[in-house]
Amino acid sequence: MNQEKIINVKNLTKTFGSFTAVKSISFDVNQGEIFGFLGANGAGKTTAMKMLIGISKPTSGEAVVAGFDVKTQSEMVKKSIGYMSQKFSMYDDLTIKENITFFGGIYGLSRIQIKEKTAELIYELGLEEVADKLVSALPLGWKQKLSFSVALLHEPKIVFLDEPTGGVDPITRRQFWEMIYAEAHKGTTIFVTTHYMDEAEYCDRVSIMVEGSIEALDSPKNLKKQYNVTSMNDVFLKLARNVE
Amino acid sequence: MSIIVQNISKSYNDIKAVENISFEVKEGELFGLIGPDGAGKTTIFRILTTLLLSNEGSATVADFDVVKDYKSIRNSVGYMPGKFSLYQDLTVEENLTFFATIFGTTIEENYDLIKDIYIQIEPFKKRRAGALSGGMKQKLALCCALIHKPKVLFLDEPTTGVDPVSRKEFWEMLKQLQKKGITILVSTPYMDEAAMCDRIALIQKGKILKIDSPENVTKKYDKIIYDIRAKDTYQLIQDLKHYPSQYSVFAFGEYLHYIDKKQNFNSTELLTYLQNKNHTEIEIHISNPTIEDVFMDL
Amino acid sequence: MKRFIGFVKKEFYHIFRDKRSMFILFGMPIAQIMLFGFAITNEINNVNIAILDQSKDSETQKIINKINASQYFNIEQKISSESQIESVFKKGKVKAVLVFENQFIKNLQTKKQAKVQVITDATDPNIANAITNYVNAILQNYTQEFKRDSPSSYQIQTQTQLYYNPELKSVFNFVPGVMTIILMLVSAMMTSISITREKELGTMEVLLVSPLRPFQVIIGKVFPYVFLSIINATIIVLLGFFVFKMPVEGSLFLLSFESILFIISALSLGILISTISNSQQTAMMISLMGLMLPVIILSGFIFPISSMPMPMQIISNIIPAKWFIIIIKAIMLKGASITIIWKETLILIGMTVFFIVLSIKKYKIRLE
Repeated sequence: MNQEKIINVKNLTKTFGSFTAVKSISFDVNQGEIFGFLGANGAGKTTAMKMLIGISKPTSGEAVVAGFDVKTQSEMVKKSIGYMSQKFSMYDDLTIKENITFFGGIYGLSRIQIKEKTAELIYELGLEEVADKLVSALPLGWKQKLSFSVALLHEPKIVFLDEPTGGVDPITRRQFWEMIYAEAHKGTTIFVTTHYMDEAEYCDRVSIMVEGSIEALDSPKNLKKQYNVTSMNDVFLKLARNVE
Repeated sequence: MSIIVQNISKSYNDIKAVENISFEVKEGELFGLIGPDGAGKTTIFRILTTLLLSNEGSATVADFDVVKDYKSIRNSVGYMPGKFSLYQDLTVEENLTFFATIFGTTIEENYDLIKDIYIQIEPFKKRRAGALSGGMKQKLALCCALIHKPKVLFLDEPTTGVDPVSRKEFWEMLKQLQKKGITILVSTPYMDEAAMCDRIALIQKGKILKIDSPENVTKKYDKIIYDIRAKDTYQLIQDLKHYPSQYSVFAFGEYLHYIDKKQNFNSTELLTYLQNKNHTEIEIHISNPTIEDVFMDL
Repeated sequence: MKRFIGFVKKEFYHIFRDKRSMFILFGMPIAQIMLFGFAITNEINNVNIAILDQSKDSETQKIINKINASQYFNIEQKISSESQIESVFKKGKVKAVLVFENQFIKNLQTKKQAKVQVITDATDPNIANAITNYVNAILQNYTQEFKRDSPSSYQIQTQTQLYYNPELKSVFNFVPGVMTIILMLVSAMMTSISITREKELGTMEVLLVSPLRPFQVIIGKVFPYVFLSIINATIIVLLGFFVFKMPVEGSLFLLSFESILFIISALSLGILISTISNSQQTAMMISLMGLMLPVIILSGFIFPISSMPMPMQIISNIIPAKWFIIIIKAIMLKGASITIIWKETLILIGMTVFFIVLSIKKYKIRLE
């Protein structure tokens, strides 16, 4: 595997008043890797992710994402990444085509590029018949697949997915992961958070955050060996139990 | 019977939210409605808690009719809606006191019932509910729903968006409550939680696909599932999908779950096929079906 | 009863812990009354005017002296011909020119009528308007004195008339108006927001699935605001009385009764709004656009109803605030008793009952 580092985090820290949400975390993510970022609620996952995508300034420490410093070059960071969250995915009151055009526009794609990309995307997702319908009419799973594709419109080197499959039915969830695999296969780096522990198994490497620190970071296989358990769920429970 | 649902249907404008649904929940049972978002779980809860009227069919809760005796039902059930309905600007203690007073009781009166759960959040009783973590909010909401000692407890997706640790603890709490004689109807999109229920109804797109105990659901599944693993998962999925007799291929934790169409399926043939496709570290063995496998095949 | 007290207690927690509510409740009334009382005023002081006295008789001199003696005007210069008027205005120092017609005293005595022309610089229409009114008032005052001196009737032509505010204090108009707005805002907007907030949070679902009756929820929600609105009304009356010397001629008891009546009608409007809106935002928009604007525009608070076109005058009748403003002005300024304002009071009672019945009917015991 190509071992070029696309994310490089050193002693990254974020404090809110007297509360330290992220305690000096350090890790690397390799180019083309599917990196699982796990942790209990309130463990600091979201705060850390916000710093990596350039929308929150670190209190101290360093992070380089796609070759840009998140502290000083946050605008460049934002340009070279894709982001998709569970909460905000698409505008419900715009049609599928309008959404794609809009997001293409904010990522600075030309009119011709947008046109090509829209046609390509609608074809790949099999959405030809509903392309002019409002996004609100789509089932949740389809929305998530669509917004994943939209996050990739500008061909970012790395895409951040914040709980992309919450509440999605099991089949669509797997189709979603197949899309992730396909994208990683093309060389895009995937940084993903999830509450489904079976999905943690799909990642090349996972990190588990507990109370602001990264307590474990390795491939699922090695983690299971290390903690002498049979599933990632048990690894997680062993690490995160007795916290709160 | 604690809950009886007969041929319930409900539409919003043209969209059918639930269609001809029937099931029964026995006294003291922990019954799960298992299905993804948009399956109609919340609509069923709202009909049973008298918040919505169904278009067709009838239902009783604790022997009261959901339409005629709605006042009696409102007196005797506990309800925890999808988003934990707490007052964010009230402290833990104030939330609990408030729900106790509107049900005409006090925290002390029913402390026994909530004690095991409440002691976990008691250290934070002066904290505003808005400042609690997801797991703690969930526990507080459960305490509030239990404070009047309801006969039937309705929990609509109590574990959604909550981390695995809190989820596990939550199910242990429900098991404890069940021992105290409370009937519990719970819904969840997480298939792995189904195993914690006495009986489950698998539900999708407004229809019940199956009702049984979790053990029976998997035991009665008649197809053979193979766990398959190789070094390059993505390529493995692609190649298995092109295997002539494949029935389904899904990622499942560290393995792929593969089902073949043929009765006389031979795993060595598949192994050869995969080796020819340059796969390495190949593992193939028979797996036990899970609720999720069954659900996906319904 | 214990349930009810528990509920009301919870409501007070919400109010006292939300800085935004606290500001609207207590900051707004004070800020508004000060704003209207001091800043937005139609009063004028020491306005420079010029006089063109074509008659130069004893009576015009009397009037000029009277005008000069008032605190409102300062006679900047006297001019001798109409051709000068334009240039005087152009210099910008003078805001108005008073022109006394030729043979003023003679006309007054023989035709029993004399003319004074008030030419104002209308670049600022508000001031121009105020100047005209003030001049008129002074002339009227003069006519009365003149009548006293000579037995037969005389008239100096005037256009507008002012009642019940002999000192021409605009604040007397604003205090009742601000009181009406604040009571409307606090009662209708705050209740509709606080009810829809429960819908938004999902707590309404839990309240519905509880032994609480819907009317208990409503009364529990509304009660704190009745209480707070009464406090507000009191603050406004006290501020008006002590800071702006606004008289309260009538009975305080009657004033309180009418205020509570209006508060209740505003609260039932608030409940009505909450039954048709599902989010705090919608509730706020409906309250502001649907209630505040009509109150400001159609109640007669800022724009006199009598000078509105006929359709607007008719519409103004369905605005409860209009009747409330009539009532409290009558009580505070004229010292009116119930025998005078019973008609308006009955209208207000009728409206209140209508809104209450409607909002109870509209209130749902289920989610849809």
